[in-house]
Parts: sequence; C-alpha cells; structure tokens
Amino acid sequence: MRNTCEHCCTKIENLTVKFGGNIILDKVNLHVNCGEVIAVVGPNGAGKTSLLKTMMGELPYQGKIIFRVEGRVSKKPRIGYVPQKLQFDPASPVSVADLVASAISYHPVWTGVSRDLLVKVKNVLSLFSAEHLLKRRIGELSGGELQRLLLAIAMTPEPELLLLDEPASGVDVKGLSLFYRIVDDLRKKHDIAVILVTHDLVGVSNYADRVILLNRSVIAEGEPKDMLLNEKLVKAFGPMLWNISCLPVLTTKEKSKNGNH
Amino acid sequence: MAIIEAWHKLMDILPFAWTHYVFMKNALLAILLITPLFAILGTMVVSNRMAFFTEVLGHSALTGIAIGVILGFHDPTIPMLLVAVVLAVAVNLLKDWTKASADTVLGVFFAFIIALGIVILSRQGGFVKYTNYLIGDILVVEPKQIAWFFLIGMVVLLYWYAAGNAIILASVNTSLARSRLINTFLIETSFTILLALVVIISVRLVGILIINSLLILPAAASRNISRSVYSYTILALVISIFSGVSGLIASYYWGTSSGATIVLFASVFYAISALIGRRLRV
Repeated sequence: MRNTCEHCCTKIENLTVKFGGNIILDKVNLHVNCGEVIAVVGPNGAGKTSLLKTMMGELPYQGKIIFRVEGRVSKKPRIGYVPQKLQFDPASPVSVADLVASAISYHPVWTGVSRDLLVKVKNVLSLFSAEHLLKRRIGELSGGELQRLLLAIAMTPEPELLLLDEPASGVDVKGLSLFYRIVDDLRKKHDIAVILVTHDLVGVSNYADRVILLNRSVIAEGEPKDMLLNEKLVKAFGPMLWNISCLPVLTTKEKSKNGNH
Repeated sequence: MAIIEAWHKLMDILPFAWTHYVFMKNALLAILLITPLFAILGTMVVSNRMAFFTEVLGHSALTGIAIGVILGFHDPTIPMLLVAVVLAVAVNLLKDWTKASADTVLGVFFAFIIALGIVILSRQGGFVKYTNYLIGDILVVEPKQIAWFFLIGMVVLLYWYAAGNAIILASVNTSLARSRLINTFLIETSFTILLALVVIISVRLVGILIINSLLILPAAASRNISRSVYSYTILALVISIFSGVSGLIASYYWGTSSGATIVLFASVFYAISALIGRRLRV
C-alpha cells in the first residue's frame, strides 16, 4: 500500500454529508492512490452510494475532497461512474451503439450513428468483451452485460478515478468474475484509482487492495484477508456477513456442479 | 409571407376539392410544421416518462387564458406561455428540492392549475365562451402563426441537434449523465421550457383535451417497433406527419374536429405497432 500522494490520488478529509437533518456521512477520511482498488462495504443505508455521489459533486458536503492529478490539484477530475441500477424502461429503443455513441460523441445519435462512429463504438466495446452487443437494445441485456457496457462508457475517455456502485447486484457469478478481471486489468494497465461499493466481500478480496467498512463513518480499514476476520465487520453485519461472504463461494461450486454458468 | 403565397399556388395544382380553400391550405401547412415538432419532442417525453407532465402543461393553458382575461389581454398567448413556462420550471425545481415522486408533484399541480383556470373563467357562467380551446380548431390558423411554427421548429431542431445526446444519457441515468459533466438540471429545465412553448402555441389549434395525445401517440407507436434511437425518431416523424395529414383530410370529408380526427389516426397506428411489436419481441 502506498501512503504518499505525490503523483495522483484522492484524499477525503472529515467529509460530512447531511440531508434533511439526517447525518448521512460523518467525518469520513479516505485516501486512494492511483492503481489502487478500494472496496467499500457496509450495511444498507450506511452511506456508501452517498459517498460516491458526493465525490461526483452531486451532494453538498462539509470537509475536503482533494483530487491530485499528475502532481497538481484538480477541481474537476475525470470520473468514470458505473451506477448501481438504471431505472430505464426495458422497452426503451435505445441500443447499445446509441448509448455509447451519445456518451463519447457530440454527433446527435437521433440522426443516425455514422460508420466511422460505429467503428469507434465497436473498439470501445471490444475492450470490455461487449462488441457483440452493439445492435442490442439496452433493455435486452443481462445484468453482467449491462455492467460491462456501463464500464466501457465510464472508461471512455480514460478517467482519473473510477467509481463502481454495487457491480455485484443482479449479475451472475460468471459475469461478475469477468467484470472483476476487467477492472483488475484496467487498474494494472492504466494505473487508475478504483472505488468499488459492494456487498460481495469474498468476491472482491482477490482484487481489492484495501477494504473499508463504512457505516456513516469509516469503522474499520485493512487488507481483505484481515478484514474478513475483523471483529467490527462481523459486528456491523452481524451473522449476515458470513452468509453474504460465503454465498458467492457456495454458489460458484453449486453452479459448476450443475453445469450452469 | 411570400413562401405562404407560393404554397397556396402549389396547392392549387392539386386536383382535390379541399385544396381550393385557403383555410385548408393554411391548415395543411400548419400540420406539416407542427407534427414533426410533436414527434421529435414526443420521443423524449415518452422516454423520460413525462406524459403526465405534458398533460398538465396542456391544461395549464386554461389558467393562462384566465389570467389573460383578468389582466385584459385580447390575445391570451402571452399569459398562456408565461403560466406554462413558470409551471415547467416550478415542477423541475420542486422535483429537485423535495425529491418527491414526479407523479405526486404533478398531481398537486394538475388539480390546482385546472381548478384555478375554471374558477376564474366560470365567473357568472362565462365558461362556454372558452370551450373552443378545449377542442381546438386548426382551420383558424393564420399565416402569422405559421411563421411562428416555422421559427420554433428551427429552434427545436437546433436544440435537438445540440442537446439530443445529453437528453438520451440523462433519460437512461441522471448520475451517469452528471458523471459525464452534463448539467442535468439545465437540460431538463430547458427541455420542459421548449415543450411548454410548443404545446402552448399549438393548443388553440389542437385543443387542450387532446394535445397530449398528439405528443405521446406517434412516439409510443414508434417505440413499440424501434430498435435504435434513429429508427425511433424517424418512425415517430412518419407516423406523426401521416396521421396529421390524413386526419386533416378525413376531418374535411367527415365534417369532424381535425385535432380529434388526427389523434384517432395516430391511435390506429399505435394499435398496429403494438401488435407488430408483440410479434417481434415475443
């Protein structure tokens, strides 16, 4: 783990977020270096998603959020964001090509996606094992496919900080391990910082550098292998932690036994 | 105006009885200008689940007329526009502040705005004078109004060209759009103001009761069978223009209200597309 912040990092100091009289985040301190994957775990309502939204500038806050990019403090760093769930109509006519093109180009997609742009879109998707989805409507994608599509969009252009909100929800085990592998690969190749909000502690333990237990403030912090045995983590989740932690492992074995993916 | 005269001459060439009347010539030109606007805006109204919002927007015309009457306006267009724009901005602000469901916020506005309009207009039993706004009459369209449609059409087209992608991203997920540095509040507010403009300038012609159907039906019909934003837009345009022209001509021969006849044609398209869509997707 690197503790210095010379080249690029994100520093959160005494971050407090209030909404309607409730304290959502209370004096959170967090330090993320480039190339680091931080997993944020915590019970429902612990403020995990709010933490990401605050970092994106969507919620007013007290305290400091400092982004340092290439040695300089940056007010508006490029942030790639993969939302937890999309509330779109499954009957939406928007195709995968439309969504990517509207995100990466100014050319209005309602006038059609030109051949050149389509090639660009294909290239973007191919990096995330998603080029075959090009003509599909977004409502027809599985959870894992949608996550990869959103990741492809979040990574174009390459961000300085990647925020992933619950990538495990609604994604099957095969899709999830592919997703983690891609994220791991990105972090190694591009040296970007990744903050990953998740319930799937065991799943990310192979990829995350640090695990942070958040419940309004940072309750515990450490390497994944230590955190799996952390008392506070067990207390925070109760016996549920072990269920949640063991579930993906059991499911993998069971599913491979049954021959499903 | 020279363009409109040229249009009249062009229409004289056609061998139909209805093309000889000036009011039909103007009405057709107005339809050819309004229907594409409604189709384009409708695609995003449907995508963003704003059908209830545009219904409220159409009905706000009543309050606009009422305020115009109180303030002594001869032509209620300006008070109508003001009420609609204020309503559009207020709904957006309230949605942002209260985080309440859009349905609830709109339900409150809907009740209030209609009640206010009716209370003012019905003083001493005078409401009957304004019923023509409820049904609308496209045959009263004047060349000056047609020029306005053309101007606003250009504005919509430019806006759509510049902001179309941002609107699509915001319709899929607002946080996703914001992470790409799109100001979603600005986008949503400007879009609703534009909607307010288009709805209000056409409401006298189409009618308060059915203006929303004209906005929703072509897009909803197109949505049933489209597999990309491009085909969604093109099909909505075709359905909207075709329903508009055929509805206008049919209303001439049947002696019926043009707006309602156009909506019936669009409804038929919706029914057909729903059937085709079911076959395509099952």
